[in-house]
Amino acid sequence: MRGITKRFPGIVANDNINLVVKKGEIHALLGENGAGKSTLMNILFGLYQPDEGEILINGKPVHITSPNVANELGIGMVHQHFMLVETFTVTENIVLGNEPKNGLQIDIRRAVKEVEELSRKYGLKVDPTAKIADISVGMQQRVEILKTLYRGADILIFDEPTAVLTPQEIQELIEIMHNLVKEGKTIILITHKLKEIMAVCDAVTIIRRGKVIDSVAVKDTNPDELAAKMVGREVTFKVDKKPPQPKEVILSVENVTAMGNRGVNALNGISFEVRAGEILGIAGVDGNGQSELIEVLTGLRKASGGRILLKGQDITNRLPREISEAGLSHIPEDRHKRGLVLDFTMSENMVLETYFHPRFNKNGFLDYAAIDKHASRLIEEFDVRTPSIHTKARALSGGNQQKAIIAREVDKDPDLLIAAQPTRGLDVGAIEFIHKRLVEQRDKGKAVLLISLELDEVINVSDRIAVIYEGQIVGIVDAKSTTEQELGLMMSGGKRMQGGGSDE
Amino acid sequence: MNRVIAVFTKESFLVPAAAIILGLLTGAVAMLAGGFNPIKAYASLVEKVFGSSYNFGETIRQITPLIFTGLSVAFAFRTGLFNIGAEGQFIMGMIASTAVGISLDLPAYIHAPLAVLAGALAGGLWGAIAGYLKAARGVNEVITTIMLNWIALYFANYILNAFFVPVGQQRSEMIKDSASITIGWLSQMFDSARLHWGTLLAVLAAVFFYVVLWKTKTGFELRAVGLNPHASEYAGMNVNRNVVNAMFVGGMFAGIGGACEILGVFHYQAVMAGMPGYGFDGIAVALIGGNNPLGVVLAAILFGMLTFGAAGMKFGAGVPVELIRVVIASVIFFVAAHGIVKVFLKPILKKKEGGN
Amino acid sequence: MDWGTILSNLVHDTIVFSTALIFAALGGMYSERSGVVNIALEGMMIIGAFTGAVVTFFAQDAFGSGAPWVGFAAAIVAGAIFALPHAVASITFKADQVVSGVALNFLAAGLSVYLTKIIFHGAGQTTTLSHVFGKWHIPLLADIPYVGHALFEGYPTSFIAFALVALSWYVLFKTPFGLRLRAVGEHPRAADTVGINVKRMRYTAVMISGALAAMGGATIALTTTSNFSHNTVSGQGFIALAALIFGKWHPAGAMGAALFFGVAQAIKSLVQIFGLTQYVPTGFIYMLPYILTILVLAGVVGRSSAPAALGKPYETGSR
Repeated sequence: MRGITKRFPGIVANDNINLVVKKGEIHALLGENGAGKSTLMNILFGLYQPDEGEILINGKPVHITSPNVANELGIGMVHQHFMLVETFTVTENIVLGNEPKNGLQIDIRRAVKEVEELSRKYGLKVDPTAKIADISVGMQQRVEILKTLYRGADILIFDEPTAVLTPQEIQELIEIMHNLVKEGKTIILITHKLKEIMAVCDAVTIIRRGKVIDSVAVKDTNPDELAAKMVGREVTFKVDKKPPQPKEVILSVENVTAMGNRGVNALNGISFEVRAGEILGIAGVDGNGQSELIEVLTGLRKASGGRILLKGQDITNRLPREISEAGLSHIPEDRHKRGLVLDFTMSENMVLETYFHPRFNKNGFLDYAAIDKHASRLIEEFDVRTPSIHTKARALSGGNQQKAIIAREVDKDPDLLIAAQPTRGLDVGAIEFIHKRLVEQRDKGKAVLLISLELDEVINVSDRIAVIYEGQIVGIVDAKSTTEQELGLMMSGGKRMQGGGSDE
Repeated sequence: MNRVIAVFTKESFLVPAAAIILGLLTGAVAMLAGGFNPIKAYASLVEKVFGSSYNFGETIRQITPLIFTGLSVAFAFRTGLFNIGAEGQFIMGMIASTAVGISLDLPAYIHAPLAVLAGALAGGLWGAIAGYLKAARGVNEVITTIMLNWIALYFANYILNAFFVPVGQQRSEMIKDSASITIGWLSQMFDSARLHWGTLLAVLAAVFFYVVLWKTKTGFELRAVGLNPHASEYAGMNVNRNVVNAMFVGGMFAGIGGACEILGVFHYQAVMAGMPGYGFDGIAVALIGGNNPLGVVLAAILFGMLTFGAAGMKFGAGVPVELIRVVIASVIFFVAAHGIVKVFLKPILKKKEGGN
Repeated sequence: MDWGTILSNLVHDTIVFSTALIFAALGGMYSERSGVVNIALEGMMIIGAFTGAVVTFFAQDAFGSGAPWVGFAAAIVAGAIFALPHAVASITFKADQVVSGVALNFLAAGLSVYLTKIIFHGAGQTTTLSHVFGKWHIPLLADIPYVGHALFEGYPTSFIAFALVALSWYVLFKTPFGLRLRAVGEHPRAADTVGINVKRMRYTAVMISGALAAMGGATIALTTTSNFSHNTVSGQGFIALAALIFGKWHPAGAMGAALFFGVAQAIKSLVQIFGLTQYVPTGFIYMLPYILTILVLAGVVGRSSAPAALGKPYETGSR
C-alpha cells in the first residue's frame, strides 16, 4: 500500500501511509485505539475507498472497490466484531454469498462437506450444523477464519483477534496462525498488544495518529521500544500506587443468582466482598456473567436469589435510583448505550442521575442556571474538553465522554464505585487518567470494583483479583503475586479446558 | 437581524420549507397530468381561504384539530414513541364528550369543561393502552396504535348506535347547550363560521407542551427516555412509567381535539363510515413542525389552509379535492427522505456560500 | 342448513376473505425479512385494487372474460413501481421507514381517488365491472360433499395465493436468494463483507413486496367488490401487517394468521345471516381481528422474532 490517505469529516484517519507486507509473513499493524489501523484495513478490504494512494498485490496495482473485489484478489478479513448471522448455521455463514448450488437450490450437503474438509485441513475445529448463537466465541472466530479460507483467501487480515479470548485460546489462535503461514498464507495482524506481536509476528509497522512511524523486523526490537513508538513517549503501563489499606466491608455479595438474557442462569450463586480502600478487580472471559453481575448490583436486573449488602444495608432488587442514592456509582461498560444521552447537552448529561435533587429541582421545575453551574465545575475539574457545556455529548471524543461520565460518577461521592470496562476504546493518555482516578478513589478510602476484559488492566490496577467463570467466582488472588498463567487457567474454569468444541 | 437570517437558513427550517414547495410542485404535476391548470387551482385555494370572513373563520376551525393531533404525535415522538394512534384517540375524545354533552344536565361553567375533560381523559387512556402494552409487554406501539384506531372507530359507532342515535338516523341527538364551547359573538363576527374556545385551548396546549418538556423535571425524564431509554434506566428513571405518561399526554391532546370538534363545531356526532383523518394529518403536521410546539402550530396552519382551501380548487379549477391528499403525502415523503430534499437544496446552499 | 353445510360455507368464505391478506402478508414478509419495515401494505393494496379495476374495465371490450387477468397483471406491475419510492426513501436516503410508509399510504389513498374521479368523470368509484374472476371448480375434487365446496371451489386468486406461500417458503429457505435476503435483514454488514449487494437485495425485496400486496388489492376488486372505491381496501393492509407479525415473519405462519383473520370475517357474515346481531353487536365483530391481534401480540409474540436489522438503514462506510 502506497501513500494511502483517507479523510473523514474533521479528521485525517490515514495520512500518506505506506505498508509493505511480504508473502508468507505475519505482519503486525500496531497502534493505539483510533490511530487509523482499522481504517487502513477497511480500505484494503474494499469497505472504504482511499482519497489518495494505491494498492499493489504481487507488484500489480489493483483497485479494491468492494469486499467482493478483495475476495477475488484473495484478501480475507477476520473481523473484530464477528460478521456472522446469529440465526444461521456455521455452514450457512461460511457459504453465504458463494453458495454451492444444485439446480435452483443451495446444495447444503455439499456445503457441509466442503466446510468439514477445510476445517480438517487447517485444524480449525467447528460444528458445521450448529447455530452461531449456540457456539462459543472461540468457535465463532474459527468460523470467521474458515469464511475467508472458503473464499480462497491468501492474505488474511486479523482485526484485534485476541480481544475476546482467554490466554489459552490465544495460544491456540497463535498455533492456527502458524499453521496458516505454513500452508502459504500471509497474515496481517492488527493489534495494540505488544506481547502478541513479540510472540507471533515477523515484522511490525507502527502507526500513530494516522501516520506510519516506523516499520521494523520483530527480532530487531523490544516491547519498550514499540510502546514508545506507538504512544510517542516513554510509557510504562504500570500504575503508580501505594499499598492498599483495606478497611471495613462496603459491598458484600452473598450467593447471588440471576437469569441471563437467554433464559438460563448467568449468575450461579456468586459471592465476594469489596472493602473500603481497596480495588477489587474481576477478571474473566466475556460472557461469564460480568454484565449480569453489574446489572444486578445496580438494580438493572432482578436477582433470583441471594443477598447484596451495601454498607450493611440490603439493596437486593432495589430500584436503580434507590441503590444510586444509597451510595453506589457506576461507570457503565457501554458509555453510548447506558452512560450518556448522546443528544442531550453536556450540561444535561452531568445531572442525569441527580436532576431531581432539591438543588436542581424546584417544585417540579428544573433550575437550569444551577445545573449549568454544576456542569461547568465538573467539566473544569476533570478536564473534559468540550467547546461548551451546551454542546451535545455526541460531539465529544470517546475519551472526553468517558471523562465526563467519571466526573459525574465520582462527584456523587459514592462509597462504592463500579467501573466496568472503563478504558475500552480509549488512547493511552485517557487510560492513564482514568486509572489514576480509580486509584485516587481507593486512596480516599472508597471501595472500587473494577470489571474488565483486559487482563493487563485488571492486574495493574487492582489490589485483589476475583476470577469469574460461568457466573461464579472460582478464586480470589492477590494482584501482586499472581501470574497471567494462573489467572488464565482460572478464567477457563480451572481444570476444565475450554476452546475445543462447543461449550455445552 | 442576523439572528433572523440564521434561523431561516437553519436546516430545521429549510428542509420542511423545501419539502412543502416540492409537495406543492408534485401536486402541480399531478394536476397538469389530469388536464388542470395548477396556477389557477392554487390561486383559487388561496382565494377560498382568504376570500370571505366566513371562509377565513372556517379555516381557523379546520386548523384547530390539526394543532391538537399534531401536538399529540409530536409529544409522543419526543419520548421516542411513534403515535400513529392520534386518530383513535381523537375518536375516543369525540365519543366521550358526546356522551357527557348529551347525558348530563349541568350549568354551563361546569358542563362544558367537564365534557372537554372527558374527551381528554378518554383520548389519554386510549393512548395509555398502547403505552402500557409497550412498557409492560414490549409490543411495538406502531402496530398497537394502528389496531386501536380501528377499534376506536367501531367502538364509537357502537356506543353511538346503542345509546345516542335516534332510531333510523345516522347521527346523535344534539348536545346540551350548556356543553357547547362555541363563541357566539366571534362566530357572528365571522359570518357565523364555527369558531370556538378550542382554538384558544390548542394554543395553550402548545405552550403547555413547551413548558412541560423543556422546563420541568418530568420533561427532562420524558426527553431522556425518548433519546436513550437504556441510559435513562441506568440513571434511575422509570422508563415504563414515562412511556405510559407520554402516550397518555399525547392521547389527551388528541382527545381534546376530538372533544372540541363535537362541542364547538358540530354539537352532535355522526356515525362514521371511515376515519375522520385528523389523526393521520397530525402525523404530517408533527413531522413538518419538527416535533416542536411552534413548528406544529405553523404546520397546522398550513395544512388547515390546504385542506379547507381544497374545496376552492374544486370550485375554481375543477380539481378533485383528493389532490390535496397527494400534496400532503408528498410533503410527508419529502420530509421523511430529507436526503432527497437536500439534493434539491444543494445548489441553493452552494450559492449562498459563494455569495458570502 | 345442516352443520356440514355451515362448516363447509365457513371454510369457503374464510378462504375468500383470507386470499387478499395472504398476498399482502407475503409481500410484507419479503420487505421486512430484508430489513425494511413496510406499513405501506395498505397503500400498495389500494394501488393494486385501483389498477386492477381500472385496467380490467378498459380491457373488458378487447379481452372479455380474460380482462381480469389483464387487470391482475397490470396491478402487479403497478404495485412494484409504486413501492419504488418507499425503497428510494428508506434504502438510498435512509429515511424513517415508518414515516415513508405512512406517506405512501396517504399517497395511494389520495392518488387513486383523484385518478378515479378524473377517469370516471367525477365519480368516486369505478363503474361496476362486467367481467371479474369466476370461481374455479377443480374437476372431481370439487364434487366431494362439503369438502369440495370448502376447499376446491374458489377464485383462481386463492389458488395462486396458496401456491405463492409454498413458493415463498422454498425461495426463502432453500435458495441462495433467500439465504442472502435473510442475511441482509439480520446482519447487513456481514452480508456486505461477503460481497452481497445489500441495497440491491433490499430494493428487490421492497418491489416484490409491492407486487404481492398489489395482487392482494386487485384480488378484492376483482373478486368480492367488482369495482374500486375509496373503501375497497379499508384497513386490510393493516390486518395483513398484523398477520405478518402474528405469523412471525414466516410464510406458513403468515398464511395461518391470514386464515385466522379470515375466519373472523367469515363468522361476521355468518352472524349477520343468522340474525345473531341482536345478541352480538356487529361493531364488536368488526373489532375482533384488531383486538385479537393486540391480545396475541401482548401475550404470545415476544419482541425477539423480528429480523434483527428491521428498520435500520444500512450505511456502507459506517464506522
